[in-house]
Amino acid sequence: MAGLELLSDQGYRLDGRKATELRKVQARMGVFAQADGSAYLEQGNTKALAVVYGPHEMRGSRGRTLHDRALINCQYSMATFSTAERKRRPHGDRKSTEMSLHLKQTFEAAVMTQLYPRSQIDIYVKILQSDGGNYSTCVNAATLAVIDAGIPMRDYVCACTVGFVDETPLADLCYAEESGGVSSLALALLPRGGQIALLQMDARLHQDHLETLIEAAMTACKGVSKVLDEVVRQHLQEGSVLTGE
Amino acid sequence: MLKSKTFVKKTRSGGVMKIVREHYLRDDIWCGSEACTECQQESTVLQKDACIESNLCSYPHYLIPDTNVVLHQIDVLEDPVIRNVIILQTVLQEVRHRSAPIYKRLKDIIHEKEKHFYTFTSEHHRETFIEREPGESANDRNDRAIRVAAKWYSEHLKPLEAETDGLKVVLLTNDQGNKQKAEESGLLVYKFEEYIKGLIANSELVDRLALSNDDKNEVTSSKVLFPEHLPLSRIQAGIKSGSFVQGTFRASRDNYLEATVFVQGEGEDSTEILIQGLQNLNRAVHQDVVAVQLLPRNQWVAPSSVVLQDEGTAKDDDVEEEEEEKALRISAAEAARKTTGKVVGIIKRNWRPFCGMLNVSQIKESTRHLFTPADRRIPRIRIETRQSSTLAGQRIIVAIDGWPKDSRYPNGHFVRSLGGAGEKDTEQEVLLLEHDVPHQAFSQAVLSFLPKMPWAITPEDMVKREDLRQLTVCSVDPPGCTDIDDALHCRELENGNLEVGVHIADVSHFIRPGNALDKEAANRGTTVYLCGKRIDMVPELLSSNLCSLRSNVERLAFSCIWEMNHKAEILKTRFTKSVINSKASLTYAEAQMRIDDTSKSDDITKSLRGLNKLAKILKRQRIEKGALTLSSLEVRFHIDSETHDPIDLQTKELMETNSMVEEFMLLANISVAQKIYDEFQECALLRKHPAPPPSNYDILLKAAKSKDVAIHTDTAKALADSLDVAKVDGFPYFNTLLRILATRCMMQAVYFCSGMDSDFHHYGLASPIYTHFTSPIRRYADIIVHRLLAVAIGADSTYPDLMDKHKQSALCNNLNYRHKMSQYAQRASVAFHTQLFFKSRGILNEEGFVLFVRKNAIIVLIPKFGLEGTVFFDTKDKVSPSVVFDEEGPALTVQQHTFHIFDKVKVTISLDDSNIQHQKIRMALTEPVIPGVSVPVPDAAPQAKKPKLDR
Ligand SMILES: [Zn+2]
Repeated sequence: MAGLELLSDQGYRLDGRKATELRKVQARMGVFAQADGSAYLEQGNTKALAVVYGPHEMRGSRGRTLHDRALINCQYSMATFSTAERKRRPHGDRKSTEMSLHLKQTFEAAVMTQLYPRSQIDIYVKILQSDGGNYSTCVNAATLAVIDAGIPMRDYVCACTVGFVDETPLADLCYAEESGGVSSLALALLPRGGQIALLQMDARLHQDHLETLIEAAMTACKGVSKVLDEVVRQHLQEGSVLTGE
Repeated sequence: MLKSKTFVKKTRSGGVMKIVREHYLRDDIWCGSEACTECQQESTVLQKDACIESNLCSYPHYLIPDTNVVLHQIDVLEDPVIRNVIILQTVLQEVRHRSAPIYKRLKDIIHEKEKHFYTFTSEHHRETFIEREPGESANDRNDRAIRVAAKWYSEHLKPLEAETDGLKVVLLTNDQGNKQKAEESGLLVYKFEEYIKGLIANSELVDRLALSNDDKNEVTSSKVLFPEHLPLSRIQAGIKSGSFVQGTFRASRDNYLEATVFVQGEGEDSTEILIQGLQNLNRAVHQDVVAVQLLPRNQWVAPSSVVLQDEGTAKDDDVEEEEEEKALRISAAEAARKTTGKVVGIIKRNWRPFCGMLNVSQIKESTRHLFTPADRRIPRIRIETRQSSTLAGQRIIVAIDGWPKDSRYPNGHFVRSLGGAGEKDTEQEVLLLEHDVPHQAFSQAVLSFLPKMPWAITPEDMVKREDLRQLTVCSVDPPGCTDIDDALHCRELENGNLEVGVHIADVSHFIRPGNALDKEAANRGTTVYLCGKRIDMVPELLSSNLCSLRSNVERLAFSCIWEMNHKAEILKTRFTKSVINSKASLTYAEAQMRIDDTSKSDDITKSLRGLNKLAKILKRQRIEKGALTLSSLEVRFHIDSETHDPIDLQTKELMETNSMVEEFMLLANISVAQKIYDEFQECALLRKHPAPPPSNYDILLKAAKSKDVAIHTDTAKALADSLDVAKVDGFPYFNTLLRILATRCMMQAVYFCSGMDSDFHHYGLASPIYTHFTSPIRRYADIIVHRLLAVAIGADSTYPDLMDKHKQSALCNNLNYRHKMSQYAQRASVAFHTQLFFKSRGILNEEGFVLFVRKNAIIVLIPKFGLEGTVFFDTKDKVSPSVVFDEEGPALTVQQHTFHIFDKVKVTISLDDSNIQHQKIRMALTEPVIPGVSVPVPDAAPQAKKPKLDR
């Protein structure tokens, strides 16, 4: 029998979620002591590690220095063992470069770069296990890492992938759904102001459906932001207990 | 929202590649029972008072069938008696995986409210999900999951016993092991047969039970008749290594001991493998996908030319098959031998329910009988029924359940009766089933997408529409037409030009992409017209009401409007969604009368005259470009309004108004084709008619030459021109016959997707591009074209499948198939009515023309009835006359007489109903008289009986 039934008549998805439900998100901040900031985040079975260095002086070519704000440098990579099919992923392949660029754009919109002119902030994200929504997981992990590094941001940037099946938007797609012929869209949001940091989509979707889909994505992002907020508060609490404040 | 607290995460893995998937378990999945007070469900499906009269279960109960029960007993589950059933997700998924058609039927049942079938999402329920244990097979795990879910239900309902008269759940399974385990865990469990037999008033249901494999079959002997089928894993390995080949099994129509397996090769090259003998056929049934092993070259055989029907009483399973197959053992010349093989395994069964008749067993008390399918390629099937005396003489449907290796025939079960053989309704049903025409009533799921009545045009509907209600639009159709999909108007503009509009029912407004209604229409593909019956593609509310452009009601339309000058040159073309109000629904004859009646000068008549004038110019232009006017004798029955018997035959007569409407439809189709192709180069749905290969014309050229007439076939125009001048003095019918022959040389026109093909030409219409736009009520292709056009003009939105050329190509394949089958069904219906017509008329003696000459027969056309029949010259019982065939002529010399194409002959026509399942028209020669071949002229008596009302 061809294809999977992505949404059953009873309204359940392949993994048992309903259309608007997110996967279980678990995260820890400050997992990596050498870095200025770090975070580990699991969104369902997609697992990402984000590490932040900076702000520090410009390295490498000085020509890239920005005189009014900090330069954000992002690097995205996938672990060899991150997918079911094990293959070597050379650094800087087209897909990673594109993803790096997307991350850079996202964080340029969120980090208050004007506070650190002529300096550089490095964000490294590695996907340890991939099960759909890589971009969103990276953004969410990196947000926590940036917060951990104490770099001021306008707001959390939260990202979520949504898809469109049988006239219904599905939130936070897993790999089986992404590869099951769904037109998917990734959106990064600054939830408090409702500004969109990045919106990315390569699938074909009718204009009429775009609005519903973006709305669903925004709702999903707000859901993510709540969870991230909880993680941050938890982390601060633990921190304050340790320092005895 | 994230509900992390309520989820427990489990992973499952499978396949060689380790796939890890999340699996969330929930505690907000409800039981679906009306009686339950604990679950916080908004709506319920299962009734509190779930009563079904049963000797076995005297209490109200819900049924939980396991997967195999659903797969094999769907015929019984569909019965209205069976209600309040819980379909576990485990079962639903397994069914989906194993049989797409049964899955669809199951879903249709679930949608039907009166059936009270509830789907319980057991795999995601916290308490009913189980993990596969080490060493447990997937099947065993699923069986256990079903038992766990059943157990959960019985405990869930237990506290309610007091209020519900002891409401219980009953597990139904045919698996002995499963049943035993279920009993051990304290469940109420029955075998399906046991349960159905326990129902009060069950007699009909019992017959519909599928015979299960573990039923001890007392007729079959213990002797193994057939080689074991190989398991799928070994078949796959064999195919990979090249020792087996995979192909489609095609049984022979004439010889039940012979078949071919069609192996699809790469690209064009495909091969056929001959299979001979029961052992080698090894229980494969027509259309199954099988694995074949080739025999060593010295065992190869030639196809036998004998006709063998598996007839008579049931053969004992241990009859020496040598006896049966003796007829095959004819030593064949080495050269005639073909690649021969044997079936080693079945990859996919393609069993469908079969129509046919029962051969009632000789033994009076026997409940086992053989069933002979109408399709000769299907083997006889053994079924069990206690109503054999009622079923004898009826056409029935039987489904195959299995074919054990110790049984001479497959086992099956009775599904339903279609009615007495030879009766009109029954035969109609048979021909629909045999031509795979979907004709069941529309399911609830489909009907739920119909607009709610009373329906009216809303202001939202008007947003993207032009209001054309004031225009003098009218429709012209055959008499009695209720699905009017086109209407026309023509008026003079102030600048002296003419405005012509073709308005087509806006079906795509009502049928939205992807819903059940749309899927059903896409599957049906076309409305099928039989004599006196119409099988709609869309429900009647749309076809005969909301979409039908009847007069004096407001209807939504899709309009194609041209501005033309008086020379019928198009100056402007535009398309718009619109609202119209037709001023008159006319028949062709009525429209013709208005045009001819000089005393009339109302708006409708003026409009018609304008249209008629332009149509004549358009037609002339088209013919000048080389469009063909071909001929096929279309026969129409005059059907008695009370008995629905055909009382007279009449060839369709064409009026000017017929061609007037046709001209504008062609024009609209061409304009739309151009527009959608301009807009969507990759995914426009078009229709093409390829030019026939030159060899197709051989027969036409030879035939014309025999009368010293030259036909040129280099181009369509040359053909059209030479057909126009082809005349033979003293033979006025010659030209028509020639056109009939030319029609037979043509290729079939087909739908295709523009992104998948480069040749768009429509040969018959001499148009570089063409599509179907004008009949969306009865053709699905037109609905797609409407959607494309609507997107092109910004009146509607697109959807992914519309822009996917591969999906559209697959759709085209289905539409072409349905179209072809509907034509066959239509022809079969005409043939059946012809038989009815001749049944009451005894033996007639009529004049006809030889249309084709074959090796041992001539094919004769009787113009009076539009009837074609074969006169054979090698009869079985008599001494065959000397027959000499000359391929060049072509001519056939029988004794001293030589037949050529176009020869005038006289034949007798009678109905041969010796085989009730295969009645046919028999023709025999009366003139010219050939001693020993021709038959005497019958008495003219039956002719006189002809009722007067026949015109
Ligand atoms: Zn309940």
